[in-house]
Amino acid sequence: MLLQELASRLQDDFSAALVKTVEWRGELAVTVMRDRLHEVAQFLRNDPAMDFDYIVHVSSVDWPDDEERFEVVYEFYSIRKRHQIRLKTRVPESDCVVDSLTDIWKGADFMEREVYDMMGIRFRNHPDLRRILLPDDYTEGYPLRKDFPLRGKGWRDTFEFLDETAR
Amino acid sequence: MAFEDQRTTVYKIDPAHPESETLPTLRTEELLLNMGPQHPATHGVLKVILELEGERLVKSTPVLGYLHRGVEKLAEDGTYHQFIPHTDRLDYVCAMYNNFAYCRAVEKLMNITVPDRAEYLRTIVAEVQRIIGHQFWLGTQALDIGAMTVFFYCFRDREILMDWFDELCGARLTTSWYRIGGVERDFTASLLDKLKQFLDYFPPKIDEYQVFLETNRIWIGRTKGVAIISAEDAVSFGLSGPTLRGSGVDYDLRKAQPYSAYPKCEFSVPLGKNGDTYDRYWIRVLELYESVKIIRQCLEQMQDGPIMADVPSVTLPPKQRVFTNLESMIQQFKLFSQGFDAPRGEIYCGTEAHKGELGFYIVSAGGGKPYRLKIRAPSFIHMGAFDHMSRGYMISDAVTIFGTYDIVMGECDR
Repeated sequence: MLLQELASRLQDDFSAALVKTVEWRGELAVTVMRDRLHEVAQFLRNDPAMDFDYIVHVSSVDWPDDEERFEVVYEFYSIRKRHQIRLKTRVPESDCVVDSLTDIWKGADFMEREVYDMMGIRFRNHPDLRRILLPDDYTEGYPLRKDFPLRGKGWRDTFEFLDETAR
Repeated sequence: MAFEDQRTTVYKIDPAHPESETLPTLRTEELLLNMGPQHPATHGVLKVILELEGERLVKSTPVLGYLHRGVEKLAEDGTYHQFIPHTDRLDYVCAMYNNFAYCRAVEKLMNITVPDRAEYLRTIVAEVQRIIGHQFWLGTQALDIGAMTVFFYCFRDREILMDWFDELCGARLTTSWYRIGGVERDFTASLLDKLKQFLDYFPPKIDEYQVFLETNRIWIGRTKGVAIISAEDAVSFGLSGPTLRGSGVDYDLRKAQPYSAYPKCEFSVPLGKNGDTYDRYWIRVLELYESVKIIRQCLEQMQDGPIMADVPSVTLPPKQRVFTNLESMIQQFKLFSQGFDAPRGEIYCGTEAHKGELGFYIVSAGGGKPYRLKIRAPSFIHMGAFDHMSRGYMISDAVTIFGTYDIVMGECDR
């Protein structure tokens, strides 16, 4: 299906849920309202004309200056229909919870855990929402947030360095 | 470790027996076993917590992150050009393809068309890298299962290509030969000769590998019917590459979204039937033949021409000019220190590396550095299916399942 057809089909069915539709460099990115994310994803998976059976990646972007700070990005592909779509939603920092899509795509499990680990976005109904790349007892925050310093924080500065040059 | 459990779960003494009171009560709980992070078959530092019932795996929980270096965070601090050497360190047995995938993503962001000759050079080197990757996989996977001979034969032939890489770019593993908009340098006559010699030398060697493995009853017994995954599950888990195609799903980015010189070459995508470890092995062996075919066609079709796109605001000047020409030196300096001005927007670009779909999702907020760079690493996503694929198999099959993904922790943990 062409990108325009995809976009207009979504517009027809979910006009109230869509926030923004962007087409750039031959890719379609659709931003939906947070409470409708699961519903739209279910439609993308089950509708025979859409047939997005393959989850490509789950990602997140931090925009600290925006009112709704975080952006959760899902990318889907249809192996049979050979089209791709990016589904996005925004969440505010005070309540960063999104519905998990693990019940639709099994692969979303690890990918969502990584987003939680790196950006601190929680996924409702996720079967096993724990840190994945960082240790379970890591308390220094979420490293991919923009306010997390590049050189890390905490334990590094507590080291005592021996001055071996002064002898 | 496991025998104790096996003894307790299978046989229980009859409570009516007179000796039952004098014997200690037998435990029947499940056994928890840590495999890794320092186990030789885990290909790096991967830990899996196995829940065992006897020797059967009831559940396995991968514990990742031992090699996490925060590459995605590092990317936000460097310019687009500066990130290329970091991509080498993702999947360090397949560095060229990582460079390739990243450069393609940036080119898509900047809307750059790469000249024809550069596309052919890129495709040839990418396929050479695929051969190296599959040889490495074949050798180590067989070694993990206990078939040692094929390991030496694979590494003998891999060494020829490693030396070839050495001559091409000065490095064997961390190559950084691809550049945004083209490649770093052209093939020399000696490189072309050596590659052609290798293409004649190599196909009989693939037959040799197969003889070693397919006459080995132990190896066959440990791969056939092990770690079966259905096509529906494989797609739902987001598996890619030979791991997905082993289940018979026809999804290869080189065909589905043709890029570089692949659309100009004729090759086929081998598919499996049963979705077991043996089928995935078989696919990789067939892909070796296909890679040779692709390289041959590219060498035939390749014409002379520029090896770098002519977009001075983005692409680097030729190295010879940097040393002799002031403007070129300034251009090179500015591109590396400040970067080029990328437009606002976001792209995702997937590339078929030998492990699976390696993708880069780049968000640009303008300026010379990526605002956010996400790596879709096939090894990480394959580990998501580990629990599903290992349930019900023996503890020794866990090693086969690591092997069947072709897992590299540098890429998995990033």
